[in-house]
Amino acid sequence: MQHTFMAKNPSVLWFLLGLSLFTVFVTIFSEAVGSTGVSTSFLKTLGKTLCLCLVAIAMDVVWGYCGILSLGHFAFFGIGGYAIGMWLMYERTKNIVVGSLENNILPPTPEEVEAAIGTQIFGVVGSSEFPLIWAASHSLTLQLLAVVIVPGMLALAFGWLAFRSRVTGVYLSILTQAMTLALSLYLFQNDTGLRGNNGLSGLQNIPGLEAVSQATLSLWFFWASALALGAGYVFFAWMLSGKFGSVIRAIRDNEARIRFLGYNVENYKLLIFTVTAMIAGIAGALYYPQAGIINPAEIAPIASIYLAVWVAIGGRGRLYGAVIGAVFVSLMSSWFTGGSAPDINLGFYLVKWTDWWLVLLGLTFVGVTFFFPKGVGGLFDLISNYREKHQ
Amino acid sequence: MRSVLFALILTLCGVSAVTAQTLQSILQTHATEIAKPSRKTVGETIDAIVASGLPHVTEFLEQWSKKNIWQRSDGSFFVATAAGDSLTLIDVDTQAKTIGSKSDFKQLKPNGGVRRLISTALVQFQLLDPDLTRRKTAVAAIARRPEAAQLMPLISSIDGERDAALKARKIQLANFLSARFAKEPRDRIAAINSLSTDTSVEARAVLNQILTKSIGVASVAPQGNIAAILDPMVAPDQSYNALVEAKLAPTKQTEIDIRKALEANIIEGRIAGFPLAQMDDRLTRETAYSALAIKGSVPTLITQEVRDAALREHVFYELYEEPNAQITAAAEVARKSADNRVATAQFADLALDALSLASIFFLAAIGLAITFGVMGVINMAHGEFIMIGAYTGYVVQLFIPNYTVAIFVALPLAFAVTFVAGVVMERLIISRLYHRPLETLLATFGVSIALQQLAKNMFGTQARPLTSPDWLAGAWVVNDVIQISFIRIAIFILALLFLSLIVYILKRTRLGLEVRAVTQNPGMASSMGINPDRINMMTFGLGSGIAGIAGVAIGLYAKVTSEMGSDYIVQSFMTVVVGGVGNVWGTLAGAAMIGFGQKWIEWLNPSNTLAAQTYMILFVILFIQFRPKGIVALKGRAAGD
Repeated sequence: MQHTFMAKNPSVLWFLLGLSLFTVFVTIFSEAVGSTGVSTSFLKTLGKTLCLCLVAIAMDVVWGYCGILSLGHFAFFGIGGYAIGMWLMYERTKNIVVGSLENNILPPTPEEVEAAIGTQIFGVVGSSEFPLIWAASHSLTLQLLAVVIVPGMLALAFGWLAFRSRVTGVYLSILTQAMTLALSLYLFQNDTGLRGNNGLSGLQNIPGLEAVSQATLSLWFFWASALALGAGYVFFAWMLSGKFGSVIRAIRDNEARIRFLGYNVENYKLLIFTVTAMIAGIAGALYYPQAGIINPAEIAPIASIYLAVWVAIGGRGRLYGAVIGAVFVSLMSSWFTGGSAPDINLGFYLVKWTDWWLVLLGLTFVGVTFFFPKGVGGLFDLISNYREKHQ
Repeated sequence: MRSVLFALILTLCGVSAVTAQTLQSILQTHATEIAKPSRKTVGETIDAIVASGLPHVTEFLEQWSKKNIWQRSDGSFFVATAAGDSLTLIDVDTQAKTIGSKSDFKQLKPNGGVRRLISTALVQFQLLDPDLTRRKTAVAAIARRPEAAQLMPLISSIDGERDAALKARKIQLANFLSARFAKEPRDRIAAINSLSTDTSVEARAVLNQILTKSIGVASVAPQGNIAAILDPMVAPDQSYNALVEAKLAPTKQTEIDIRKALEANIIEGRIAGFPLAQMDDRLTRETAYSALAIKGSVPTLITQEVRDAALREHVFYELYEEPNAQITAAAEVARKSADNRVATAQFADLALDALSLASIFFLAAIGLAITFGVMGVINMAHGEFIMIGAYTGYVVQLFIPNYTVAIFVALPLAFAVTFVAGVVMERLIISRLYHRPLETLLATFGVSIALQQLAKNMFGTQARPLTSPDWLAGAWVVNDVIQISFIRIAIFILALLFLSLIVYILKRTRLGLEVRAVTQNPGMASSMGINPDRINMMTFGLGSGIAGIAGVAIGLYAKVTSEMGSDYIVQSFMTVVVGGVGNVWGTLAGAAMIGFGQKWIEWLNPSNTLAAQTYMILFVILFIQFRPKGIVALKGRAAGD
């Protein structure tokens, strides 16, 4: 079985090989092992990019393979980030609070500790009470479960409602976008218990690992992200390789025909929608400890559209295409908007890339939909076609 | 000779004693009080001056409060204006002018409290003043600071009032005053009853004044006009604090108090025999504290039981400041009925708000109703067309300083600009992507981010104002509760205009017929001699042009930023989808549902617009499950698939 799966999917092996080489390469040059080639902040950027690749793969599965243009997968990504962020913030604040209460003459009571943590975390939104959704924040296990379960449940409920009433195509896209908007508006409120527009911060400090330097931590997270990406890639490739994958692709190409063949289209779509949401949650949970902060603006509808942009530029319907798109666009974005790209002096006008990058991206995007509907990944097809012709 | 002179002087004095009713003599009688008035005692003096009824009393009082009275070293008072070292003096009785030197005089500077008393006394004169503005000022002064003494002068000034509006105001004000200050309870109750139909803020303030209550606590219920006996167990901690404040109970120790007391009583690492390490628990701490209390080193612990027992032993009450129970009862009834009227008015106000919100949604979505609804094209850059329209308005205002002219130039210009932009976009992008809706979505999204960034590069990130002309600046005020700004009314009218225009174009013109033909069956339409390309281009241009006009309208009401389009795009799509695709009436229904729904949720959960938006979106998502085709669903062939 394993043999046939790998044989059917040579790209998986190539991808895993490339990913491991990349990981080893980055590790050798990272600050954590004493080199200077890859700075800690750049290492974090690379680690974050790997997480974005993972969510892009999920997006590719749901859109490129199943034909559901979901404009809400970044919301699941954000939920994953919030879920792990709650534990990180609670535990770290607890360590700080316990440390500061040790100076008290009397040993602190549990109530005192809890109240002090509450004031620390919720002081910015004028509260000190723990909201109900923080009930599990003391437990890493529960919050880790929440990373997959909460996005999964949300996707399940939303998908069940939407697919059952046969909302398809652009209507579904608009509906998922509305869901994302509702979620971000909800999180923006101060009284919903997730610190309003302040979001959760200080997530780069891992409780219990205070002694470990940020350079080492970043490397660990980079490894974890690479591992998650590799595992996610194999998982999706395996899921989509057999008969199940054929049904999924057939739903994309002609939903009605598959339904008439006796398949329960709704269940297949629901499964894909839910599983990809869970993977997006995992990607978010790995991303935000590297970013250090999460706030509701991250979940704004535009983020999910960008996700679709990556997949479209990289090439829909092939997993490595999503990875290429995410790497290419997100690294280009940070290069252009970070001010490191050289400005172009046209004589009468100075083109500053910080101002013009989005214009370029938008127009590239229009161009890709016209001229490369298969995205960058489509180039591989050209190469293999060329080879076949000349053999 | 000498005795003659003496007699003459005596006679003169006698004369002046007989004709004592000059203002100066009255002032001299109260000279010390006038020279150094105090707020508490000056009342009598003012009363005496007013009671003399002399012709220049008003003049004197006004000048006094303006600090223009000077006292000569011999004690007599003058109205004076200073110029350099000299003073122009005016005799308080004869009004004769003389010149004096500043060094002989002392200026009187009554303090704020005294000046207020003086102006209260002046009000009765001002109420009868022949000058209308002075009468109005006096009435406004009474309204600002109503006092019992003003009631009689006000009532007696009503009959002589010639100005109808001021007379009505005087009657209303007299009513407010008699509700609070009339001598006879009967008069007060009559006045209070008449307030029950008044929804103005002033009338409600009068009723609230009459119903001022104070919360108190005592061992036995006091005599007086008691509003209610309160149950202390509703909020026991607060009630106990009231008890402590009234010095009827000892302070209840907080957790912090207990901790501090324990910390102060550590003896050799132990507190009352308990080791320090055990103190990480609330119950142990309380036990240790009680042990300390038994030894007498700290006050007794107020436990829950002690607190509740103390609460039960006392009466908590609300006492009206007004002693007459009949009056407070009448005022309660009046306030209840006024509150009911206010609630009704608030509901009407909310409905107006909802209507205006619905018109904004409708205006933002109506262009989309054509391009998305009728043509089926997903245009994510629709919001940016709204933004382009708004910026067009802003640029027009830079060139035309007259706002009225600017608006009437901006509206057609915004239409023209976005019409062209729409046509260009249709030709270049959308026409190549018909029947590939998801690609259209992504390509137009690319256009959207490019346009947004271009606008940012051209106009900067800060919000640009789009100023409305003066005649749109005010608000239509029905009463103190119901009011709506003219801009919102204008947006409502604009929305109505566009609704009728679009319905007319689609249903009554050749273009509309061709549009409907092309959208229902392009092949058949083109075989009947219709050029589908041209029709698609025109329709898309029309939808985009309307978005431009909506942009001007929205810009007038909100700020113009490069991101304003993205604020409306999701809402607009939802409006069209909820209403039902392919039908302008559906968009109207959708906008109405979302507008009214959002305001209704805001009413249930006040002052939280974000929450209202959130729940409204959730509601829309659920609604679509049950009516996937929207409120106004097309049937038959028009429905397409």
